[in-house]
Amino acid sequence: MKQSSLFQAFGAVIKRDLLLAYRHRAELINPLAFFVMVITLFPLALGAEIALLKRIAPAIIWVAALLASLMSIDNLFRADYDDGSLELMVMTPHSLSILVLAKVTAHWFLSSVPLLFIAPLMGLMLHMDSNVIGILLLTLLLGMPVLSLIGGIAVALTLGLRKGGALLAILVLPLYVPILIFASGAVDAAMSGFPVSGHLSMMCAILFLAITLTPLPTAAALKMSLS
Amino acid sequence: MFMRFIYKFSSPPYFYSISGKMLPWLTALFFLLLGYGLYGGLVTAPADYQQGDSFRIIYVHVPAAWMSMFIYVVMAISGGIGLVWRIKLAEIVSISSASIGASFTFLALVTGSLWGKPMWGAWWVWDARLTSELVLLFLYLGVIGLYNGIEDKRTASRAVAILALVGVVNIPIIHYSVEWWNTLHQGATVTKLDKPSIHIDMLIPLLVMAGAFKVYYAIALLLRCRNELLEREPNGKWIDELLEKVK
Amino acid sequence: MNAKKLKACQLSCIRDERLLFSELNFTLMSGQVLLIEGANGAGKTSLLRILTGFRKPDSGDLFWNDEAIDDTQEFYQDTAYIGHNNGLKDTLTAEENLRYAQALATTTLTIDDVMEQVGLNGYQETLVRFMSAGQRRRLALARLLCTHKPLWILDEPFTSLDRASIKLFEKFIETHANQGGLVIMTSHHDTSIPHTLLQKIHL
Repeated sequence: MKQSSLFQAFGAVIKRDLLLAYRHRAELINPLAFFVMVITLFPLALGAEIALLKRIAPAIIWVAALLASLMSIDNLFRADYDDGSLELMVMTPHSLSILVLAKVTAHWFLSSVPLLFIAPLMGLMLHMDSNVIGILLLTLLLGMPVLSLIGGIAVALTLGLRKGGALLAILVLPLYVPILIFASGAVDAAMSGFPVSGHLSMMCAILFLAITLTPLPTAAALKMSLS
Repeated sequence: MFMRFIYKFSSPPYFYSISGKMLPWLTALFFLLLGYGLYGGLVTAPADYQQGDSFRIIYVHVPAAWMSMFIYVVMAISGGIGLVWRIKLAEIVSISSASIGASFTFLALVTGSLWGKPMWGAWWVWDARLTSELVLLFLYLGVIGLYNGIEDKRTASRAVAILALVGVVNIPIIHYSVEWWNTLHQGATVTKLDKPSIHIDMLIPLLVMAGAFKVYYAIALLLRCRNELLEREPNGKWIDELLEKVK
Repeated sequence: MNAKKLKACQLSCIRDERLLFSELNFTLMSGQVLLIEGANGAGKTSLLRILTGFRKPDSGDLFWNDEAIDDTQEFYQDTAYIGHNNGLKDTLTAEENLRYAQALATTTLTIDDVMEQVGLNGYQETLVRFMSAGQRRRLALARLLCTHKPLWILDEPFTSLDRASIKLFEKFIETHANQGGLVIMTSHHDTSIPHTLLQKIHL
């Protein structure tokens, strides 16, 4: 008899989620396509004036990233809840918060990392300068995990609801406000040639806070959703 | 000792009878404070040297804004107590506070926007305080929506408590980030209430009004909790006894 | 296996403002099977949710080996649950599903062994999606067998099973009890589990 270690369990959750995503790889493209389409809508609505697009590009990209993250986050626990494997994950001798962190990590890897590759292209299409695009990528790298972590709480809370979709947005979007402010603020500052270290350190602080704090309410809400 | 008191006070029959006795006194106190506060604010306080009489809306706006924050904290704390010690009354206080808090937040937003018209010439200005208040309203709406979405009320109360606790940790972060955003994007705006000093004749009615709002919250909360208790205790013997007395 | 004991004291459950049951007491020892009976809506599933620790009882306490189940992690070390859904991933193979379950628990038998025991040998590489309802139940049973879980909590284990599979399931429940395990289950069907092992609760 061999008791699995927490490290093994963490790895097993990530490995399983990546494997599942690989088996459904056609679905991975959806949030990406959504991200690109939302960004495309803005020049169509505003007109293609270069100075204007350049000015609002960081805002557009970040709002689109936020919405794309909101769209994909519902899958975080939904499938597990429906097929009963969530119960299996809760009923382990391991800390549920840590397993939640594993699930969020897998989700972040699958939903946000592809975004990091396509965001520079979007920046170019909106006439951003290359050094500004660098800062944009940095904010996405620091900010997207926070979106997944916070979104996890709301998803866990709305699991038991039959129509959770609209409510999920209401729960999550107010909590996304600080990240949106600091991230688009950083890119804005970079564009006007101001230092961005203040914004970025705030984002780092929020990221570490989110990693340590959010798994607890998520785990509590998951258990509650099974009641 | 403290916990014994908490448990005693939170037993539904005890709470029901004691709150029934408190209500008339609180109502009297409320009208007293409201009357004095309104008279002081609308009649005796001097007009503002910049804003004339239009500043008098702060006697509603500022207490409402204070209450909106205060009630959220009450909601989170009582929700947390309900989660940890599983006290039913705490759960009920938590959810009963939500819609009262949302109403105060809405009131603060409406009066803020009414005040904005003579001050800035626009119904809505993206001022830091108003914007945080708007985000707070969204947080309240989330709490209410979540509670109504879950059928089993005990589960719903626990869900709301978790959300309220998450919100209360986030409120300072949201508040300061919005304030930062505001200074970055708008430069110098006219900030309300940041005057170096407020005249004592203006301040006293303001504090009295804040007291009146607090008492009003207590009244509304007690009424809601009593109703909620009756609805949630389908098998409470004390309710039958209560009905016997009424007959 | 060391002797284990699950004790319930004065449990009550209120759901949707309705009292489902109250003052429920029982003690379940190693080697016993608890069968929970009752009409639909009588609170069978709610009781199981309380026994799995997902739902807190509205009053009363639960003890696992004479310790209150507050720290559920210790309790979960010993407990396995099969609900209405089997907890299997459709797009993983049988073996991948079992391997995942083992990585979260304590491994006892190898996967090939348990697949053999539940009569699914040769299906290791098959996606669960292509299995029948009965085969999925057997696979869920295999998951119980390949991990060290003294307490089994089974919600309607016999639904969508044919006669032969029910027999097989009952045989494993009996063996598990005889080896010192504990089983709690709800069922509509009459079971052929020997009465000497069986306790019944009617809700």
